Amino acid sequence: MKKMTGAQIVVESLLAEGVDTVFGYPGGAILPTYDALIQNPALRHILVRHEQGAAHMAEGYARVSGKPGVVIVTSGPGATNTVTGIADAYMDSTPLVVLAGQVPTSMIGNDAFQEADLTGITRPCTKHNYLVRDVNDLARTIKEAFYIAGSGRPGPVLVDLPKDVQNAMGTFKYPGAVELRGYKPTIKGNDRQIEKAIEAIEASERPLFYVGGGVQWSDASAPLTELVRGLKIPITTTLMALGVFPSNDPLCLGMLGMHGGYWTNMAVQNCDTLIAVGARFDDRVTGRVSDFAPKAKTIIHIDIDPSSISKNIKVHIPIVGDIREVVLEMLQRVKSQEGLAPRQKLWTEWHRDIMQWKAEKPLPYEIGDPEGPSKPRAIIEELYNLTKGEAVVVTDVGQHQMWTAQMMPFHHHRSWLTSGGLGTMGYGLPAGIGAYFAAPNRPIVVINGDGGIQMNIQELATAVQYKVPVKVIIMNNYYLGMVRQWQEKFYDGRYSHSYMDAMPNFVKLAEAYGAAGFRVEKGKDLAPTLQAALATPGPVLVDVVIPQSEGVFPMVPAGSAMHEMLFA
Amino acid sequence: MRHTISILVENEFGVLARVAGLFSGRGFNIRSLSVAETLDPTLSRVTLVTEGDDQIVEQITKQLNKLISVLKVIDFQDAVHVEREMALVKVAVDERTRNELLNIVSVFRAKVIDIDPRSFIIEVTGDEGKINAMLNLLAPLGIKEIVRTGKVALHRGGQMLSAPARAETVELNKRKTQKEKAA
Repeated sequence: MKKMTGAQIVVESLLAEGVDTVFGYPGGAILPTYDALIQNPALRHILVRHEQGAAHMAEGYARVSGKPGVVIVTSGPGATNTVTGIADAYMDSTPLVVLAGQVPTSMIGNDAFQEADLTGITRPCTKHNYLVRDVNDLARTIKEAFYIAGSGRPGPVLVDLPKDVQNAMGTFKYPGAVELRGYKPTIKGNDRQIEKAIEAIEASERPLFYVGGGVQWSDASAPLTELVRGLKIPITTTLMALGVFPSNDPLCLGMLGMHGGYWTNMAVQNCDTLIAVGARFDDRVTGRVSDFAPKAKTIIHIDIDPSSISKNIKVHIPIVGDIREVVLEMLQRVKSQEGLAPRQKLWTEWHRDIMQWKAEKPLPYEIGDPEGPSKPRAIIEELYNLTKGEAVVVTDVGQHQMWTAQMMPFHHHRSWLTSGGLGTMGYGLPAGIGAYFAAPNRPIVVINGDGGIQMNIQELATAVQYKVPVKVIIMNNYYLGMVRQWQEKFYDGRYSHSYMDAMPNFVKLAEAYGAAGFRVEKGKDLAPTLQAALATPGPVLVDVVIPQSEGVFPMVPAGSAMHEMLFA
Repeated sequence: MRHTISILVENEFGVLARVAGLFSGRGFNIRSLSVAETLDPTLSRVTLVTEGDDQIVEQITKQLNKLISVLKVIDFQDAVHVEREMALVKVAVDERTRNELLNIVSVFRAKVIDIDPRSFIIEVTGDEGKINAMLNLLAPLGIKEIVRTGKVALHRGGQMLSAPARAETVELNKRKTQKEKAA
């Protein structure tokens, strides 16, 4: 066994874990680890401009690669700056391993320079966290951190590394396996429950699949698609699950919830059997809980996290297990097509009813004035035409996010990054940069708002430094659009502090960073400019002026039932 | 409804903060709490009393089970068990009240553990009802100060709270069979 410093153990452990890229920012308490990093070029380090950016980049990397994203930051402010990203990852079940420097163990608790109690601060927003006090615990702790972050319901894990532990000499032996007495996720679903679920589905008249981000994390997109297509049951995906089922399949009803399609929400409200898979009945999905899916006699819920089951909505047939395992098991057990034929006649009628709702009230669509601002939906259509569904599409938070979620077709899973649970403005640009390091050959399109882009704009410098060809499209209405929309609808049009009076010149700003900048003021210039922007190498910022008062519809006001929708 | 819950946790730095933080962060209530090492010094046992309807208590046990440092959670609600808490009570005493005080102590099988010319400290152990009853009788004599422990509980007979090989699975299967029986 080799003797080495704690800092070297950190780097060796990351390499043993198969990590190729880390996102970070150096500082006093993490300097020993940075010294070990530069001596080990096998580990690529991406220098960010703000630690929050590092956390979101690691999230983007994790979401596209399926592997935990790694962040290295210093103590105190370096680590507290990652907290928003950690909380974001926690809400969206994204695996992160955050390695934070800490003041030497002898100084912990003394209010030392750049000291903050990071295990205390992050306890409620991490899956687990550690303060390493002995260099000989270091390798095992990092092994456990990766195992916890990536297994079960994934999530962020923080490891606090006091400076003296990084400097101490220890023996390095990376453990092959992890033994945690208190953590054994259930993988295989209960046989009897799976049987009951299949019986309920086969006896249903108006069944509906409702699938969430868990499908992506358990890599269940392919078997789920096979199951849904085999059964011929309509399916709606949550915001987090766009792309796990192909959008162009007639069975796909798109996103449900607060900004879901009329037909999609009506399908939820009228189904008699709801099959929830890796989704958590978030309030943006259910609306008023007491009136959610009122006609559903049976709700089936497949999830790896037992605490998600019957948390918001009472579930009749819970199945705890890994979604991929459970769905593969269900695939084996469903009846043959001939056996299902009489049911499928009913299901086809049900699907026809849903399509009737869609014909009655499709998503609002109007052709914009070629001399006026571009319509948001035209921007999304144009981006799709240019990328053919092969791009990784990233958004920030707000109106542009909902328009994209409603309109953008997806053909593949791991192609859609957005901040769902926490709704973190400033997520888009860094997440898009992180995605590039996981999928360097795929186009990366970041759709952003004029508010959101300014919340982590500094990461343009990171994109320029590492020549990340991220294409950022700003839907610029000079407003915090979603806030403005709520103020219009629910606060009698009192637009309290939602207008940005001093909008930067984004073209010059991009150029100042060394990126390319474009601006589209008239609808007629949209298509050629987007085409030129996407063909420009390196990072590109496109500032597209959109109408100031455009809203996202349909909309279920907070606290209303899913069928109580506003259409304008 | 009040529930007494015992939690087997890793005996490590910060574990109580994880348990307590879960309750405060999710708006659950802790009415009493007691924690100490078990026979196995790598494990601690937390016993707490909480309240809520069935759905809330189900969430509490599920969320506790989700903590990496938690090995096992049991709710004593439907189990045959004994519960005890203890109180130390400092009571004013003088020539007139000494005999009455000693009578109460004897009836409740409590103990006098400190004697001072003007006050006694009484140690009483029992369930919550017994301790409340004794405090009611002592009140007229003049209670100067009390301190009460949290509740502790054990199953009667052979059943034990021991570290299982697969904490989560064991718990879930148990719940499922209970539900199936109910159906």
